[in-house]
Amino acid sequence: MNTPVHTSLVLRHSYFEATARSRVAQVLDAGSFREFLPPEVAQPSPHLAILDIPGAFDDGVIIGSAALDGKPVLVIAQEGQFMGGAVGEIHGAKIVGLLRRAALEKPAAVIFMVDSGGVRLHEANAGLIAISEIMRAVLDARAAGVPVLALVGGSCGAFGGMGIVSRLCSAIIMSEEGRLALSGPEVIETVAGVEEFDSKDRALVWRVTGGKHRYLTGDCAELVEDDAAGFRQGAIDVLAGRTEPLPSSTVLRAEQERLSSRRQRFAGMRDGLEVWAALGVPDPGQVSLIDRDSLVALKKGLPA
Amino acid sequence: MENLEFRFTAQPVKPAAGAALCGVVGSGNLEILIRPGDEADACTVVVKTSARGFGKIWEAVIAEFASRHPVGGTRIAINDMGATPAVVSLRLGQALGDYTGGAQ
Amino acid sequence: MTLNEILDSLFPAGHDVAVAGQLVAGTAQTARGTVAVLGTTDAAAIGHDIALGLAGRILDIVDQHPGRAIVFLVDTKGQVLSRAEELLCLNGSLAHLARCVDLARRQGHVSIALVTGEAVSGGFLSFGLMADKTYALADAQVRVMDLKAMARVTKIAHERLVGLAGSSPTFAPGAENYLRMGAIEAIWDTPAAALLEAALAGQAAAGAAVDGRMRAGLARQGRRLAADTVSAVLAA
Repeated sequence: MNTPVHTSLVLRHSYFEATARSRVAQVLDAGSFREFLPPEVAQPSPHLAILDIPGAFDDGVIIGSAALDGKPVLVIAQEGQFMGGAVGEIHGAKIVGLLRRAALEKPAAVIFMVDSGGVRLHEANAGLIAISEIMRAVLDARAAGVPVLALVGGSCGAFGGMGIVSRLCSAIIMSEEGRLALSGPEVIETVAGVEEFDSKDRALVWRVTGGKHRYLTGDCAELVEDDAAGFRQGAIDVLAGRTEPLPSSTVLRAEQERLSSRRQRFAGMRDGLEVWAALGVPDPGQVSLIDRDSLVALKKGLPA
Repeated sequence: MENLEFRFTAQPVKPAAGAALCGVVGSGNLEILIRPGDEADACTVVVKTSARGFGKIWEAVIAEFASRHPVGGTRIAINDMGATPAVVSLRLGQALGDYTGGAQ
Repeated sequence: MTLNEILDSLFPAGHDVAVAGQLVAGTAQTARGTVAVLGTTDAAAIGHDIALGLAGRILDIVDQHPGRAIVFLVDTKGQVLSRAEELLCLNGSLAHLARCVDLARRQGHVSIALVTGEAVSGGFLSFGLMADKTYALADAQVRVMDLKAMARVTKIAHERLVGLAGSSPTFAPGAENYLRMGAIEAIWDTPAAALLEAALAGQAAAGAAVDGRMRAGLARQGRRLAADTVSAVLAA
């Protein structure tokens, strides 16, 4: 008996909800992933054991080699469901090792699935130092000509030191669900008060730190749907024909100019709505409601 | 945190590949790593769990699982962050399924 | 010690370092010639203005003074906590500052950071921890978060954290811990010119700066797992 295949009924699997392992399996070419330091040869962190926390075999990050559209890549995927994706000694060292390997092997890219609140407080110093080492390793990989792509669309977003790391990458690909910032809204609210940042106002949080806002301001390169197919295609599109620029004062001067002039341009603003209006978006209130394709089209039509 | 160790006799099972990992150590969740073990008709289990005092329940849940499925010739390692017995059973089934490549 | 006392002690041969809005900038004379001095004071909270101010000055040094060493003075309570700053992607400006420090290194500028007061989290990451080597004065306060706040967030009893802090450098505040873990090269009793000269000379002799902090952490037994993990990844 022939059963018709209803392609229109293919289930969309949310990238936001997925585990790191399933993201790796779905974003990279099917069956291409080979894990480095797989769980069967690893032990949970002793720093967590001493604090009565069981830990995870992979310490919350999966690394390995794979292919993306037939091209060899190295992969990092943080597990946001484990301790907020936060960076500890082993977790951080796995990432540094992968990036150092990339500088030596020169794959077509590093695909870095960021899903992290930053430093793991239980290993605070180890985490902070590891993030500093990750920062240098990202820049070394890029200086070796290897693009490092940050994919931000998980429940933890990219915060703290991982927010800084993300902006050191060659490009950031975000979904609407993703968030990218430095301090978490809860921290800002705790210290500076609810007037400064009401962390329970989800719509506001996303207007300040979310994927659509970062896309409109150019802080991320691509906006994709919340599924593996979207991130996969986004990565392929960013890499197509890209040559990683060597570090130079010319490149950084341009970035300095961009950041300084927009600091002036958007001075005093506290909400994405104000920024979008200043960018020339005709109806800023609609940004949160329209779909990804519509927003991409809208951005294309904005004045330079 | 509590460390628990169990050993159950069981019908032998063949892996499809090497090891299988299932689950994530999130709140109310657990990860299970199942690998080939030394004794063909026994399964050894090591559990690291965030909660204390549930040893008897762990023993009962895993024993029940081992009685219904062939898990001999394996060693199982679990990192648990407060999963309920129902979730534990579910994950054990998933882990075994991954380990055997769905053949059982 | 005040910033001026620290500057006079580090640079007895003279300096023109000035402070504007907690941003420290200028030049100073050393045995190796003129060095640039850049950084923060008064436990500055770092926002876009300070980050971009420092970044721009680093780019000026790279463009106008080939080979000039940079001495970073670090005194920061971390990043500014502000919705307006986050709106404009503060992590991006801190990343840009870090990239500029890194560019200076690639263009042959030796860099030394000295923590004169506080060094906290994102503020420390953005430039202090990007220099070739980081040093700290004896009364420096280096941390991610104080233990009381850490206890609240992790829900681990404060007494437990205090107890463990005695035997593990992994999480508790303190420059000594960062030294043991490889991130701080040495702690100076005083900001002596001789110590700075030695640090600059040592780094110049070391040549192209490779990130040696993991190996230092292993040698000093403060961070035992990271270096072996990296080796295993390279061999996998």
